[in-house]
Amino acid sequence: MMSNDDRLIYMLNQIARNFAAGGPEAAARSTADHIACFWDPRMRTRITELHAARPDDFGAVAQSALDMLARDATMGA
Amino acid sequence: MVVHSQTQKLTQLRRGVMELYISDHPLDCLTCSANGDCELQDMAGAVGLRDVRYGYDGAHHLDSAKDESNPYFAFDPAKCIVCSRCVRACDEVQGTFALTVDGRGFASHIAASQDNGFLKSECVSCGACVQACPTSALMEKKVTEVGTPDRAVVTTCAYCGVGCTFRAEMRGEQLVRMVPWKDGKANRGHSCVKGRFAWGYAHHRDRILSPMVRASVDEPWHEVSWDVAIAHVASEFRRIQAQYGTRSIGGITSSRCTNEETFLVQKLIRQGFGNNNVDTCARVCHSPTGYGLKTTFGTSAGTQDFDSVMQSDVIMVIGANPTDGHPVFASRMKQRLRQGARLIVVDPRRTDLVKSPHVAADHHLPLKPGTNVAILTAMAHVVVTEGLANEAFIRERCDWDEYQDWAAFVSAPSRSPEAIEPLTGVPAGDVRAAARLYATGGNGAIYYGLGVTEHSQGSSTVMAIANLAMATGNIGREGVGVNPLRGQNNVQGACDMGSFPHEFSGYRHVSDKETRALFEDAWGVTLDAEPGLRIPNMLDAATDGVFKGIFIQGEDILQSDPNTHHVAAGLAAMECVVVQDLFLNETANYAHVFLPGSTFLEKDGTFTNAERRIQRVRKVMEPENGAGGRGYADWEVVQLVANAMGLGWTYTHPSQIMDEIARLTPSFARVSYDALEAHGSIQWPATDAAPVGTPTMHIDGFVRGKGKFVVTDYVPTDEKTGPRFPLLLTTGRILSQYNVGAQTRRTDNVAWHPEDVLEIHPSDAENRGIKDGDWVSLKSRAGETTLRATITERVAPGVVYTTFHHPATQANVITTDYSDWATNCPEYKVTAVQVGLSNGPSDWQEDYAEQARMSRRVIHVEAAE
Repeated sequence: MMSNDDRLIYMLNQIARNFAAGGPEAAARSTADHIACFWDPRMRTRITELHAARPDDFGAVAQSALDMLARDATMGA
Repeated sequence: MVVHSQTQKLTQLRRGVMELYISDHPLDCLTCSANGDCELQDMAGAVGLRDVRYGYDGAHHLDSAKDESNPYFAFDPAKCIVCSRCVRACDEVQGTFALTVDGRGFASHIAASQDNGFLKSECVSCGACVQACPTSALMEKKVTEVGTPDRAVVTTCAYCGVGCTFRAEMRGEQLVRMVPWKDGKANRGHSCVKGRFAWGYAHHRDRILSPMVRASVDEPWHEVSWDVAIAHVASEFRRIQAQYGTRSIGGITSSRCTNEETFLVQKLIRQGFGNNNVDTCARVCHSPTGYGLKTTFGTSAGTQDFDSVMQSDVIMVIGANPTDGHPVFASRMKQRLRQGARLIVVDPRRTDLVKSPHVAADHHLPLKPGTNVAILTAMAHVVVTEGLANEAFIRERCDWDEYQDWAAFVSAPSRSPEAIEPLTGVPAGDVRAAARLYATGGNGAIYYGLGVTEHSQGSSTVMAIANLAMATGNIGREGVGVNPLRGQNNVQGACDMGSFPHEFSGYRHVSDKETRALFEDAWGVTLDAEPGLRIPNMLDAATDGVFKGIFIQGEDILQSDPNTHHVAAGLAAMECVVVQDLFLNETANYAHVFLPGSTFLEKDGTFTNAERRIQRVRKVMEPENGAGGRGYADWEVVQLVANAMGLGWTYTHPSQIMDEIARLTPSFARVSYDALEAHGSIQWPATDAAPVGTPTMHIDGFVRGKGKFVVTDYVPTDEKTGPRFPLLLTTGRILSQYNVGAQTRRTDNVAWHPEDVLEIHPSDAENRGIKDGDWVSLKSRAGETTLRATITERVAPGVVYTTFHHPATQANVITTDYSDWATNCPEYKVTAVQVGLSNGPSDWQEDYAEQARMSRRVIHVEAAE
């Protein structure tokens, strides 16, 4: 069984894989929106921390989704 | 022509027939259990029968042995007039064909499966024959024991999502029998063994009637007063929030409780806890339905009423086993199938619908578990590439550009039935034939269950189903549609009521400012705009040490949720676990406060069934959970907790809660207890445009405007078989038991299913030296348990199957932490396992049994004066 951190990364990559058919950019946007819509703030914070610490564990779509989320947050603020 | 129904000649004939009947019938009316409720007795009076010219010395059936094998009703052939109504009820209403008139002439008698006796026969104990019997030949044992009822209250069954209505027939405060209500629009006077008979749990000795607390889960429980328990809950939750933060606690609403109770629990959490950490057991069953149908159609619910099936020409059942899970609706479906509707079954198992008396599937697609999306996309491939799509419908009702993207996607040769055959194991020709039938066979209706949702791609499968329905124009009228068969009595309602952490009642996201303002204005607090934690996220947060308290109403997550070890670790990491339930369920082993619940017989409220039908639950007896003082319905207990936390609620009746729901939820705008009284039931949306509700949705347009085609790419699950775990386990349920079994295990339904067993194909069994009835170990990378094997060809080679009704087995020790990508709905239906011979219970089972025993110790106190 996965650790909680591993599971969080797995979940993000899994969401990204399911949007992948739409092409990289649309998939990243959909993934970012999905996370904003359904993940609680602590999960979002934690995934950002994990991204910084373990970038290699994240697929390309997942990575750009997190970048988009960060940009959205800056623009929102 | 004039027909005379009363003439001298007819009177003589009728009296003559009655004379013959009575010449072979016991003359014990005064001591008969049907005295006063017997059509034979009434008819004897009506025809003026005064004596029997033939005497009573001739051949007769008065010494025939009574069949008392069924736990709920007895068959007394001596009282039987062989009118064959029971046979017709079994054939025409229930559709089981278990009863027949055996023998000829004077030897004619009613036989259950060639005189096997009722319990051993194919009889499913639905009760239709008992209801049809004009005498006391088929009689509820409870009526024989208690006597005839003297009043009746119409209420709604608390078992599955069909939502049958019953007359609860009472004698004083005692429930005598539940009789299906003929005017009930969900069940039309039919019932199953659970709703009809399995209500004895309400008075079972295991029921906990006093609030209890303990400082640590190693200690025995201490009975306390309601005041002490409620004050303890409030102070613990406030203490935890002060120490660990606002978001450190949450709660779970119950799909078994009423809409009003569910609404109050989520209100307690949003208004009182100040966060959105609320979830419900739909998380582990139909949350992908919520996501998938909201995305494609714009609302999270089935599109039809149950009556719609009688207009269907092609019925496609995907990942559902209605004859076990939704038996009363299955009987309706079988009626339609016997009239000639065609049937497609997509299921890894050969379920009863695939072949049973007078019903046979035209196509059974026995796919490998986990390949739903691949097979539905292949069906879409056939529809599009063979020119079977309903383009007129699509142009008018859906987004044409999105359709074209989707059509191009599904048309790829790599998505053809031939290309995916190696993945699914289903012959391409069968997939093509099934797709053609669904697209061209007339009204096509899809019914699906948890075999669709409980997968890594549950949400994708729901959307793939919606795509298929839109592409063929099978949506927006009677006889067609997309119909999730919801599991629990009020799982639809729990979802509607805002039980999910990201949305308020009526499926409105918490980030939506206008909606939030509406609730903030009504509740006088600022509400959290961020989504809260879902059940698995709560457990993760608990093991991370940041989630410390939970209020669980009527839900047994330790038994029902996947990966039991992780659930247990999460609960063990919390400082205050509050369980409100009828029994010390498995979750309560980890609880610090137990608040005794009330049954559906003890409260007023409403349930919403799988057809969006809101129906009244009516109180027929006082709550037993008073422990010497006053008992409380569950909604009253939630109000006590809320008020102890300073929320100042003042509801005096659930109707006031429904009024608040209607004020705050547009799709419930015209719902009220008065309206329910006037119309019997209402299917939401009930708005000014449709004040008495909406039987069929999306008639002139989709709720979201244009129907949305969503590309659903097949992404195989990461749960894969291999040398260590070569078989695929899939789980489900059985007719006589319900969910975790907390209710049905405490009834005589155990006569049919005393333990969970493992279904295994003969070749897999032979490879392992397993014989029918052997103890076997079932092992996955998550855990291990043991149970008995039953060898059957219902499962394909490579697939094994079990139910999760019994805590001694705990099938969820085996299930893993994989879940649906969009909703975290667990992947119950696919677990790689190994099966081998075993000597007996696993270490885990023995440890667990001991821990459960220790945890259930109670120190009783005498009730205070």
